[in-house]
Amino acid sequence: MLLSGFDFLGLDRFLSDEEKLVRETVRRFVKNEVSPIIEHCYEQGQFPTELVSKLGKLEILGANLPEKYGCAGMNSLSYGLIMQELEAGDSGIRSFASVQGALCMYPIFAFGSEEQRVKYLPSMATGKTIGCFGLTEPNQGSDPGEMLTRAKKVSDGWVINGSKSWITNGAIADIAIVWARVEGDDVRGFIIEKGTPGFTATETKHKLSLRASITSELFFQDCRISDENILPNAKGLKGPLMCLTQARYGIAWGVIGAAMSCLEVALNYARERVQFGRAIAAFQLTQEKLVSAFVEITKAQLLNHQLAKLKDEGYLKPVQVSMAKLNNVAIALNCARVCRSILGANGIMGEYGIMRHMCNLESVYTYEGTHEIHTLILGNYLTGFDAFR
Amino acid sequence: MKICVCLKQVPKKDSILRIAQDQKWIDERDISYEMSEADAYALEEALRQKEAHGGEVIVISMGPERTRQSIKEALAKGADRAIHLDDPIFEQATDAAGIGRAIAAALKDEGCDLIMTGLQSDDHGFGQVGLIIAERLGMSSATIVMEVQIETGSVRVKRELESGWFQWVRVPTPAVLTIQSGINQLRYATLKGIMSAKKKELREVKAADLNLTADDLKPLQSIERAYVPEKSKQTEFIEGKPAEIAARLVEKLRFDARVF
Repeated sequence: MLLSGFDFLGLDRFLSDEEKLVRETVRRFVKNEVSPIIEHCYEQGQFPTELVSKLGKLEILGANLPEKYGCAGMNSLSYGLIMQELEAGDSGIRSFASVQGALCMYPIFAFGSEEQRVKYLPSMATGKTIGCFGLTEPNQGSDPGEMLTRAKKVSDGWVINGSKSWITNGAIADIAIVWARVEGDDVRGFIIEKGTPGFTATETKHKLSLRASITSELFFQDCRISDENILPNAKGLKGPLMCLTQARYGIAWGVIGAAMSCLEVALNYARERVQFGRAIAAFQLTQEKLVSAFVEITKAQLLNHQLAKLKDEGYLKPVQVSMAKLNNVAIALNCARVCRSILGANGIMGEYGIMRHMCNLESVYTYEGTHEIHTLILGNYLTGFDAFR
Repeated sequence: MKICVCLKQVPKKDSILRIAQDQKWIDERDISYEMSEADAYALEEALRQKEAHGGEVIVISMGPERTRQSIKEALAKGADRAIHLDDPIFEQATDAAGIGRAIAAALKDEGCDLIMTGLQSDDHGFGQVGLIIAERLGMSSATIVMEVQIETGSVRVKRELESGWFQWVRVPTPAVLTIQSGINQLRYATLKGIMSAKKKELREVKAADLNLTADDLKPLQSIERAYVPEKSKQTEFIEGKPAEIAARLVEKLRFDARVF
């Protein structure tokens, strides 16, 4: 059974030739370029930097932004399919693309000046300029409004002080999109270039998840930047939250790629592994596990396809993305765990990839809005009561 | 330099194949398709030659509507235009003679300098279509090509022979080359390439446009039966003391296997 075999409800029938071709191209890329190296990268705790220019050449980075800025101008369905295929390889690779596209290129496109767009987007689309996104802080995760990072207006620009943590791509980034509170005013976004005095990034080591991805801490100590480096059209938390909605949309698609990858491995294994004289796939308990994963993946696919339609037609609401992020990550994580159990002891081995996906998904469950916070967003939508505070 | 590449769409390599009920071919339901591997290398070679020498790359393929997916992939990778032989009558052409005849008819007036195909398709594996096209169009040909060097009025090619031997030959153009898999590194279609492929010419050709009838394409060769290889040999285990086993093995090798 192949990933393509998990199209139980015939969603492929509604894909255009171009959308299918996008998926096939990225699938082939992952098979040829990611799968052969990812286990080693994961074990070594290394991000495969050599893939960055290849992702750029394929025009995957910021793929849904306009061609005018050197991007591919893909629709939301194609963008989702790209994320699905990348994460079928590894969440770390998808995370790189999500951060670059949805969290760095998107805010420059949506909130930046035309000069900023022209300066950064074409070079970010090729992977020549790598971005990172700084919102979370050591003491502010789910409650970014309480951030401590401050921006102070001075005569020739801004001075930034503070720190950001859990920043994907941080240590390899050429630019950071940093959100800081202007004293006595709103949260604003700034583009801070690598090498700016007062800006340092250190890698967060000893992770047991997303090991093929770079996570960092960013520090700003009297970091002076010019007026040209502020994103002129983002004021308040709405700016970063809009970026996160973009990224969460990609996550909802991506994690299903990881889940499909786990199910494919488990299904093949269950058909071949013989115990008590027959394939373990013939036992009812194994079938229940496989079917539960299959059913959940199929439902999540429907959710993703509907989200893509809404997004392209301009009707997508952040709360709908919350449901998809909440549901899809949870079921993907559960699929990975269940599939791991089907492989028994072999399930913990790197060569099968399931444990890697499972460990990655533990991070995805928490990042970009925790499962719990998305639950409360939906709770607020449903009941009218805000349970955050 | 005008180069035409013949593409065939075949079941994906990792498909789970089931024999159809009539046992004449595989059950095509629930199968995904892709460009035959050697044809993908032929396309890549054509695109590289165009990049080096200029000109045009045309792709041609015969098959039902789904074939467009592979044609569009070729256009997305950089081919300039495409010809799709799409007509129920072409479904008659199930052997190399019929396929070769139809493609040759479609390319007759194109005036190609080179026609490239994979050396054989991943499904039928006839390995003859390229040669039949060359014969019908009166072009020279070379098979199992590993390297292509374009010259004025000719093309110099490296052919793969048996046992690690190769042969360089000069072939006058126009010529048909059947390309070996692995001669270059395949490119990926870029996302912008995929989108721009929509705007490229994809000409649909019917059998009537080529003055071909079902009779013209009637196969000269047909499949009698498709089946999963049947196990016909059995492993024999020799038991006993080592000396007895050795003696029995020598006897078997001498009289049954006749290796000495």
